[in-house]
Amino acid sequence: MSAPIATGYNFAYLDEQTKRMIRRAILKAIAIPGYQVPFASREMPMPYGWGTGGVQVTAAILGPDDILKVIDQGSDDTTNAVSIRRFFQKTAGVATTTHTSKATIIQTRHRIPEDAVKEGQTIVFQVPIPEPLRFLEPRETETRTMHALQEYGLMHVKLYEDIARHGHIATTYAYPVRVNGRYLMDPSPTPKFDNPKMDMSPALQLFGAGREKRIYAIPPYTSVVSLDFEDHPFERGAPDRPCALCGSTGVFLDEVVTDDKGARMFVCSDTDFCERALMRRTAPEEIA
Amino acid sequence: MYVAVKGGERAIDAAHRLLARARRGDRSLPPVESAQIVEQLTLAVDRVMVEGSLYDRELAATAIKQARGDLIEAIFLVRAYRTTLARFGYSDPVETREMKLARRISATFKDLPGGQVLGPTFDYTHRLIDFDTDEPGSDDASPDHAYKERAATPRVAELLADEGLIERPSDSIDGPPADITREAPTFPARRDARLQTLARADEGYLLSLGYSTQRGYGRSHPFVGEIRFGEVDIEFFAEEVGFAVPLGRIRLTECEMVNQFKGSGTAPPQFTTGYGLAFGQSERKAIAMALVDRALRAQELGEECVAPAQDQEFVLSHADNVQATGFVEHLKLPHYVDFQSELSLVRLLRAEFDAAQTTLAREAAE
Amino acid sequence: MSCEVPLLVADHVSRLYGSRIGCANVSFDLYDGEVVSVVGESGSGKSTLLSVLSGSTPATSGRIFYRMRDGNTRDLATLGEAERRLLMRTDWGFVRQDAAEGLRMGVSAGANVGERLIGAGERRYRRIRSEALDWMGRVEIDPMRIDESPQTFSGGMRQRLQIARNLVTRPRLVFMDEPTGGLDVSVQARLLDQIRSLVREFSLSVVIVTHDLAVARLLSDRMIVMRHGIAIESGLTDQVLEDPREPYTQLLVSSMLQV
Repeated sequence: MSAPIATGYNFAYLDEQTKRMIRRAILKAIAIPGYQVPFASREMPMPYGWGTGGVQVTAAILGPDDILKVIDQGSDDTTNAVSIRRFFQKTAGVATTTHTSKATIIQTRHRIPEDAVKEGQTIVFQVPIPEPLRFLEPRETETRTMHALQEYGLMHVKLYEDIARHGHIATTYAYPVRVNGRYLMDPSPTPKFDNPKMDMSPALQLFGAGREKRIYAIPPYTSVVSLDFEDHPFERGAPDRPCALCGSTGVFLDEVVTDDKGARMFVCSDTDFCERALMRRTAPEEIA
Repeated sequence: MYVAVKGGERAIDAAHRLLARARRGDRSLPPVESAQIVEQLTLAVDRVMVEGSLYDRELAATAIKQARGDLIEAIFLVRAYRTTLARFGYSDPVETREMKLARRISATFKDLPGGQVLGPTFDYTHRLIDFDTDEPGSDDASPDHAYKERAATPRVAELLADEGLIERPSDSIDGPPADITREAPTFPARRDARLQTLARADEGYLLSLGYSTQRGYGRSHPFVGEIRFGEVDIEFFAEEVGFAVPLGRIRLTECEMVNQFKGSGTAPPQFTTGYGLAFGQSERKAIAMALVDRALRAQELGEECVAPAQDQEFVLSHADNVQATGFVEHLKLPHYVDFQSELSLVRLLRAEFDAAQTTLAREAAE
Repeated sequence: MSCEVPLLVADHVSRLYGSRIGCANVSFDLYDGEVVSVVGESGSGKSTLLSVLSGSTPATSGRIFYRMRDGNTRDLATLGEAERRLLMRTDWGFVRQDAAEGLRMGVSAGANVGERLIGAGERRYRRIRSEALDWMGRVEIDPMRIDESPQTFSGGMRQRLQIARNLVTRPRLVFMDEPTGGLDVSVQARLLDQIRSLVREFSLSVVIVTHDLAVARLLSDRMIVMRHGIAIESGLTDQVLEDPREPYTQLLVSSMLQV
């Protein structure tokens, strides 16, 4: 199903020197879990903010035998997911899939698939603002010092304010985590529902921020703890209803407005998961 | 019955076809050729080259055509293409003193060695729309007389430097020059990295920041020492042969801004400089760049740093229009998942608020 | 519990700006529970001295020693950035003249007090909350206003909030830079009174900079008079005020008595 490879460009667009530079940054990131490694991000043929960081990371680790899955908001079929998947079909000619279990590399924006990932798989996250302290402290010089000295109190001040004002923590996505007991990390704008999936995950998790020129990583089986207070523990916020299409429970749901009178329904954000759950229900024997 | 949204691939293909049609416009008219853009939309080509950080007139023209005249989109195309080019090395520094001048003016001296050369400029025109530009025969058929061979023309800063009235450019930086296309930026940024960032910065952004310094937000008492535009030779030192090989000529605009400086505890009063350099004829860009360069030197010169144009993290982090346009326009991308999370939260907060109100009302009633 | 070893020792501390003197050759010892005031006109070098002592400006020469909580006395210049910042947010306090500089104006009063507890490792919301309430009460701010921003507070309230924010981690040493400057006279009197009782209650050691001899008289045990960057006279506060030796100090004292 892969289209012919575009001529005139190196495998996966980037030249080998650039890939080597990115791989060095990735290795450093894996060696220091949660630490933001600066890298010389390149201009890519898609706009900044549209996944250039993730695309560069994927391009640097992609091999001809890899099977790539690309999702955006949990779905394989949203415009940007299609565009990035095609980019790699065109420039690398790799096989692609929508099945989480079949992919070796999963590039994602804003979600982690519902199906459990396994050893040997790599999830590549697209990151807009890698610095979790950025909106509390705009200066890079200061935030770097705060990381160096593990001065993360400010983040808890924000959580305190949430509880004082609302009675509970009111951060719903990009919920800050502590990685391996050391670095404070932004999990990218995934819903906090996905945070527990990052903890002790058997897959390698890589994060690329192209515009901000940072790469960071969570190696397999690394602790990822969502920040909280002892007496106001982190809550995952699981949806209180099943998917209206496939009936799955305990999965993240998108709200879909179905008419102009305010009628709405809730369906799986992970479209591939939803589709297969539906098939399993209707024709169970076809699923391996 | 609702089915999950599908058909993204087909919709994208259709959108691409519509774009191609819109780009071509009315098919009864002849298509614009890139060569025409190179020759007749010169200044647009210059801007795309300088902000695209790639000197290639034909490529820039092609990008402008493909981008339907959207210059930031064209700059983006050039930058993305630039990523795929092999890097052979760095050229030798160009010597703008040796520039084949097409234009050179100074606002600080009425006459000076080399003279005032007005060259091709809008400066002294009346901005009246000429309704005859499309009429045949309206073109000025006078022969090209730009880029006359002139003797090397000293720069105004050199004239002032002879008297010690102006700072000498410090050519001592530690290690090799910065390369912002090969290293992630760090702060505080050195002047070489700052100048590189400003050179590829968005012209409109620099213009507004430069303007703000003139209006009092980081005032620097600027004078255009000189602005010159012309052609310079590019040479590349080839290790294999052991000498510099000429690669060709490029057009550059250079601006040296002369700024007042009261002196400090360690430095006597003297003029300081701000520097601007851009591909092609890009005078507005070069002047604005020089103003912002000078503003960013406030800290180094011991001046008070209070204005936006003096704040290097702010100025440098937001100067690149390819970065800016990408991130601003990414708001068009789906954010269903984040919005869903916020939607649930707001619903929850409202329910809690209503419950609290009800309790209050009940207590008040009792 | 008194200790024979001083808490803070300034040993010939100088700070030069190029050839200009910020402060020169200042030496003194500060013991537990003792309040030292540094007085002088503006430009006399007293604020420079305070910023050098508190480690925000490096000394050009001389040394500053501090007895840490573990009992070891350390040369402050040998502390790493992490140790210095930890000291700054736990064992030390710094009350600034402009409360907006010492507070985080974008978050609530409760968070302002809580931040230092959080910085010291506290992770129980209820405990942070109750400490914040307790401290607001101690500095006589209506606890009902715990969730309000200090933006809505009067100048005196902001200053009291700043003091609460500093004292919540029970520091042993507090630096104060004109803590009552810019406040109305009646507000000043009340604030001074509160500072005095808090200092006694927690037997704080304080270095306070003020141009106001009345403030020095009310709060300090000992006094250092500065002029042109030099400590020209020092001694017990009452002694210096009653029997000033230096003509300059005599001038200062007489101008105070006339007011």
